[in-house]
Amino acid sequence: MAKKLGLKERYALLTRGLDWETTYQPMDAVFPYDSYEGIKIKDWDGWADPFRLTMDAYWKYQSEKERKLYAILDAFQQNNGQLNISDARYLSAVKLWLQGITPLEYAAHRGFAHAGRAFRGAGARIACQMQSIDELRHAQTQLHAFSHYNKFFNGFHGFAHMRDRAWYLSIPKSFFEDAMTAGPFEFVTSISFAFEYVLTNLLFMPFVSGAAYNGDMATTTFGFSAQSDESRHMTLGLEVVKFMLQQHEDNVPIVQGWLDKWFWRGYRLLGLVGTMMDYMLPKKVMSWAEAWGIYWEENGTALFHDLGRYGIRLPKHHEVAAKEKQRLTHEMWTVLYQYGNALSLHTWVPDDEEIAWLSEKYGATFDTLYKPRLLFLRAAEQRGERYYNNRLPMVCQVCQIPIFYTEPDDPLTQCVRIVEAAATRHHCCSDGCADIFNHEPMKYVQALIPPQQIYRGEAGGARDIFEYAAWLHLERDVDTGEYRGSPDQKNWDAWQEAHKTKPANAA
Amino acid sequence: MADKVFISLQNNAEAQPIITAILADNPAAVLNESPGMVKIDCPSRLVIRRESVEAALGRDFDLQELHINLISLGGNIDEDDDEFVLYWRT
Ligand SMILES: [Fe+2]
Ligand SMILES: [Fe+2]
Ligand SMILES: [Zn+2]
Repeated sequence: MAKKLGLKERYALLTRGLDWETTYQPMDAVFPYDSYEGIKIKDWDGWADPFRLTMDAYWKYQSEKERKLYAILDAFQQNNGQLNISDARYLSAVKLWLQGITPLEYAAHRGFAHAGRAFRGAGARIACQMQSIDELRHAQTQLHAFSHYNKFFNGFHGFAHMRDRAWYLSIPKSFFEDAMTAGPFEFVTSISFAFEYVLTNLLFMPFVSGAAYNGDMATTTFGFSAQSDESRHMTLGLEVVKFMLQQHEDNVPIVQGWLDKWFWRGYRLLGLVGTMMDYMLPKKVMSWAEAWGIYWEENGTALFHDLGRYGIRLPKHHEVAAKEKQRLTHEMWTVLYQYGNALSLHTWVPDDEEIAWLSEKYGATFDTLYKPRLLFLRAAEQRGERYYNNRLPMVCQVCQIPIFYTEPDDPLTQCVRIVEAAATRHHCCSDGCADIFNHEPMKYVQALIPPQQIYRGEAGGARDIFEYAAWLHLERDVDTGEYRGSPDQKNWDAWQEAHKTKPANAA
Repeated sequence: MADKVFISLQNNAEAQPIITAILADNPAAVLNESPGMVKIDCPSRLVIRRESVEAALGRDFDLQELHINLISLGGNIDEDDDEFVLYWRT
């Protein structure tokens, strides 16, 4: 019997010699996109997937993951798993995931299909193909998992309608559209490397572990199942970066520029994830600052040290992220809280136990700057004057986050940067975003900025925030607004009561 | 101090023998547990040996089965049929 081929040989057979040089058309005409970014490739065979996953193994392990995942999802649904979560407030995080992150999975599916077509090397094409299929799986499994919550809670119904209309969902959406309108090398660097390798560990590890701690086995299971695909994607990301750096020294400054840009864009997006961890998880596992310390300051910088041999340095403005880590989520939560009339999720002032946890994790910064503000908002609510800012915020021309973050060295001064291009002035939230704008101004002047569009009447002619929310298909104080007193809260309390009074043998 | 590589696995019964084998083969590895998952950190280099996992598991094991319970990792990867290695070049 012939000897079974080894892993390296099987992968080589899949990725070497199966492709061909085109003859009817020159290769450059068939693959126009993989050269115009200026990346120089001498030898496409230098690209290898270190996992060396072949098609048969890919299908075998993916189907096994799916079987396990759906067994757990089915059990969760049949056993009314929604009643075992910590508190219905937790679902604000799940709503934000569905509205903000799931569409990114679908966008990644499209983006990698496109990138796979654009590369002329077979190894790169196969890696992109597998990733494109993975990302479609992520979008689908998330929709399946969340659809169960949609039967019992408000705010889940309109994610697809809202994706192109909700002002706050333009934060994640613009991130991906920026990546998808770049060339294929920048796209893979932005998504697989900066976003997946450097940053998504913060979403899929501490946040998903938090979901487990809050009793949400549906999210936990798809989250970890998706992240096991992500670990392949990250590996692809690291590999593509090393590949570009090894192929030609002229690639180094281009890649460094992309790392600078996408670190900052990803970090800005993660402000939402940090806020999910610190404010939306009723039972807390790890603070944003702690997670940033482990996953970026330890694990992320280790990666950059490894790339130091090619002349790569830490991304620009990483020190700003370090300065902001004690305040990022508190500033973000205040924004979500006040614009609650135009969000398809609930917000609230944390209770005393949660405030004590935030004090413990964030110390003097929290106690002097943010706790008094939360107590002020709580007092207003108790007087029957729950605070809403019923206007829409000015948002950053690049990351589209409302311009509310503060100066890196002064947490009491709003940080605004004004940039100019094409005879117009635009506002950015930070030096990081201003740098990105100034590098490609003619790209970012084209960005559609939701509050401006809404005020121009482009949101179905809405004249105020309530008409705008209705145009998003949101019902006031049902899908939107304060948690306390919402139908979600009333239902939850009634179900918990019924659960408690149920005779023991009925369990 | 040397930069750490890490591997993170779902904390379920199936992954236990793999976790046991990793900790036995990498004396410098540190196990960190949080709800639903474990994260194993190790300075510079961490190896997963097929034979050790097979001994802990009591059956044949293909290293690519790791994907089923894998959550995440940090480090360069070198994988063949017998070993899965995570390492930094710093
Ligand atoms: Fe994904
Ligand atoms: Fe991915
Ligand atoms: Zn910005």
